Amino acid sequence: MNLAVTALDSTHGFLSPSGVEIVFVLVGLGVLGAALLTVTTKQLVHAALWLVVALGGLAVEYLLLTAEFIAWVQVLIYVGAVVVLVLFGLMLTRAPIGASPDADSGNRPLAFGVALAAAATLVTLVVDAFRSTWIDLGTVAGSTKANGVTLFRYWVLPFEALSVLLLAALVGAIVLSRRNANARDEKER
Amino acid sequence: MTLTLAILVPLLPFLGALAGLAAGRRAPGMVRPLAVLPTLASVVLAVLVAVKLGTGHHLDAATQLTPTGGTPISLSLHLDGIAALLAVLVTVVAACVQIYSTAYLREDPRYPSYAALVSLFTAAMLLVVYSGDLIVLLVGWEVMGVCSYFLVGHHWERSEARSASIKAFLVTKLGDVPFLFGIFVLAADAGTFRINGIVGAAAGGHLHHATLAALLLLGGVAGKSAQFPLHTWLPDAMAGPTPVSALIHAATMVAAGVYLVARLEPVFLLSTAALVVLGVMAVVTMVGSALCALAQDDMKRVLAYSTVGQLGYMAGALAVGDRDAALFHLITHGAFKALLFLAAGVVIHAVHTNSLTAMGRMDGLRRRVPDAYATMGIGLAALAGLPPFSGFFSKDAILTAAEHAARGEALTGGLGPAGNVPSWLGWTVLVGGLLTALLTAAYATRLWLLAFFPVRRAEQAGAPVAPTAAAAAALASDEPAGPVEPAAMKGPLWLLAVPSLALGLVGLWPHALPAWLDGVALTPSGVTWPIATVVALLGAGLAWLAWRRATARVLAEAEADPAAAADPAPLLLGPLLGPARTGFGIDTLYDRAFVRPVLGAARLVSFLDREVVETYVKGAAVTPGLIGRVVRRAQNGNIQGYLSALAAGVVVLAVIVAVAQ
Amino acid sequence: MHLVFPAVLAALLFCVGLYGVLARRNAVLMLMSVELMLNAVNLNLVAFDVWLRDALHAGQALTLFTITVAAAEIGLGLAIVLLIFRHRGTADIDRVGRLADGDETAGDGGEQQARDDEKKAVR
Repeated sequence: MNLAVTALDSTHGFLSPSGVEIVFVLVGLGVLGAALLTVTTKQLVHAALWLVVALGGLAVEYLLLTAEFIAWVQVLIYVGAVVVLVLFGLMLTRAPIGASPDADSGNRPLAFGVALAAAATLVTLVVDAFRSTWIDLGTVAGSTKANGVTLFRYWVLPFEALSVLLLAALVGAIVLSRRNANARDEKER
Repeated sequence: MTLTLAILVPLLPFLGALAGLAAGRRAPGMVRPLAVLPTLASVVLAVLVAVKLGTGHHLDAATQLTPTGGTPISLSLHLDGIAALLAVLVTVVAACVQIYSTAYLREDPRYPSYAALVSLFTAAMLLVVYSGDLIVLLVGWEVMGVCSYFLVGHHWERSEARSASIKAFLVTKLGDVPFLFGIFVLAADAGTFRINGIVGAAAGGHLHHATLAALLLLGGVAGKSAQFPLHTWLPDAMAGPTPVSALIHAATMVAAGVYLVARLEPVFLLSTAALVVLGVMAVVTMVGSALCALAQDDMKRVLAYSTVGQLGYMAGALAVGDRDAALFHLITHGAFKALLFLAAGVVIHAVHTNSLTAMGRMDGLRRRVPDAYATMGIGLAALAGLPPFSGFFSKDAILTAAEHAARGEALTGGLGPAGNVPSWLGWTVLVGGLLTALLTAAYATRLWLLAFFPVRRAEQAGAPVAPTAAAAAALASDEPAGPVEPAAMKGPLWLLAVPSLALGLVGLWPHALPAWLDGVALTPSGVTWPIATVVALLGAGLAWLAWRRATARVLAEAEADPAAAADPAPLLLGPLLGPARTGFGIDTLYDRAFVRPVLGAARLVSFLDREVVETYVKGAAVTPGLIGRVVRRAQNGNIQGYLSALAAGVVVLAVIVAVAQ
Repeated sequence: MHLVFPAVLAALLFCVGLYGVLARRNAVLMLMSVELMLNAVNLNLVAFDVWLRDALHAGQALTLFTITVAAAEIGLGLAIVLLIFRHRGTADIDRVGRLADGDETAGDGGEQQARDDEKKAVR
């Protein structure tokens, strides 16, 4: 019901954007630019840093969408942990500092074509479907309290399952990263 | 009793053939007795059967092994005077050939299979002779065809023997196809395959398609009896061993066609068209083959063409409705032609060549092979139709029949209406027969003179050595090997010389032979025999004169061409020599008309098969291969490539779903 | 605010990530691109959650789960990349071609390289 009402609400035009919209679009452009640089730059370390920018920009977008808890989680986990992990990964695989000319593989044109086609399809569909859909940002939707309540009231079982998943991932990562015991024995001998 | 004996006559050579084939490898010593003894026993039995049967009787016996559909096929025996006499001829000739072969093919490693095939051949011919059922007769007929294929191709190492055997087989088979249909037409009209039934239906006027059946049967007869236009296999069949030629030419294979027409003469007499075709065919055959015989250089080919011509005589006699004359000539011809071939075999054995020209250069042949010289003289005299040899009487019987037919009163012996034989056909056969008699005498004389009377050149008077190195080598190599004329060769020669010389005399008794047959008188009539004798003497004289002139010319030009032979053929034939030597180009014609188109079609088919059909097949294999190669390219191990394809597929599906909605 | 803005931004971000996954040679960079795609999904989840005002806050809860899963994924992914690097001496995705059909890559050295690497690792 709510959906139908908002869908028919035609009082909000695209030609008269609100302030939050302008900010959203500008930050969105920044995120998009950073993401593009992440996937195109020749310098591997720079790519990780541009990823920080893109993910941080996304956190701002979450804030603009009034999902504050998600935004902070984003900053904490992604910008804080994941990017650091990625940087470690780059270093451990001896990624060269400075431009590496072969950062892109041979099927770049194919990837470009597929990505472009996907983008065209998705954007066409999304625009076609949600042309006149309006989000009412009047009340905060993602406060920490609300999230905590739903998460530990309704989603507690998946939450616990996820913790097991994380544990499994932790164990798996350790097992994978360990050097082969036999190989080490041979080396020591 | 007579029935049992009659069954044993074809059965013994058949069992001999089987035993010979079985014993051939394991017991080489058994092969000769196994080849000769059953055949000899058959001779005795055939004579016994003939005597027991007596004149004017006939014996019919039939048993049906199993029901065979609409028209029953029965294992039936039909013995009458014709069959009994012919069986005697076949067994005698076969026995002579078997005895002769033991000496002639003494050194041959494939003698066991050869002897077994000859026995089988004999058995098949005896089956044809005795059979009272057309299908059973056809079995013997086809077995003969197969045996002739193997025997003509006995020397299969030589390419001409191979091609000759294939040619003999194909040409006779070509005739057998209409023959088979002719049998079916007859059986459909008469409701039985029994010869008696068919003849009875012919007499009763129940045969509604007599012309069709007779014309179809003529195809097979022309093939087997080597009548124009299917005669071409016979001269080539000379590639086989000489005794085989004697067997095929004298008593078995070629006689089968004439014998069949004789048996079914009442059917033929119902149809003027069939008689006309048969008569014209016979005349063309006899004149053409006599001309060809006059031009040949190969001794055996001369004899082969003479066989074709004599068979033409028999076909002519049948065409004018007189089967007695035809069978008379068949029997005398069987005797003297077997004699001629066996004698020729002795000569060829002695000089190691078939060529008359080469023999003409060889001195002393008469002394080396006196028996062959004498018996061949008898045989050639009989062939030429000189009185009182056998050929004279039988040929004269045919001419008499033709003369009667020309007068409009054909001697059908009560087998059919004489009015169906047109008088112009009688004239044609008569004139053709006389012309052939002239030519036959000429080529017989030429053969004899060329083979046994070499040109005595002046410089050779003191040195009676063979003039050519090859012949000298042949002489030298042959002398120590043994006698040139072993007893096993000489015996059959003289045995056959007796009937060649004297068998004709039975024609003088008005009722001796006709009592066995249809009762038509076979005595020489007052009109034809003086003419025939004069014509034969004229032919022989002309040949002799020409030979004298040729000899004189060779002697005169001895300096220029010492190897020339005194061949009278160029003088006698003039411009016809070239065409006659090649058989009037009929082989070439067949080659152009049939062989090449067939070969072309075969090439086309093979081209279509190889290039078109196979292309489809290959394409069917190559296309999946190419597709597979394309698909393999996708399996390059590049995960990003896989992912790209996956994502592209998802996009495409999304687009399809979106558009479909 | 129009829903179109976050939705289009999420779509474009997803496609940029897709491009990165497909085009980047280094495995770590691929993982980074995967993060971009996951974030695009997160953005969508948050935006639709805000729009629909779900009583269970399913969108945001799922976003949290996704972030957690992404963290686990990048941990495991980097471990695998490290393992590959240790075995092959490289983190380049297109030189890890052992899934290839034998004939096609026999010539380009990928297979040979891999075998050599394995031998080295065993020693």
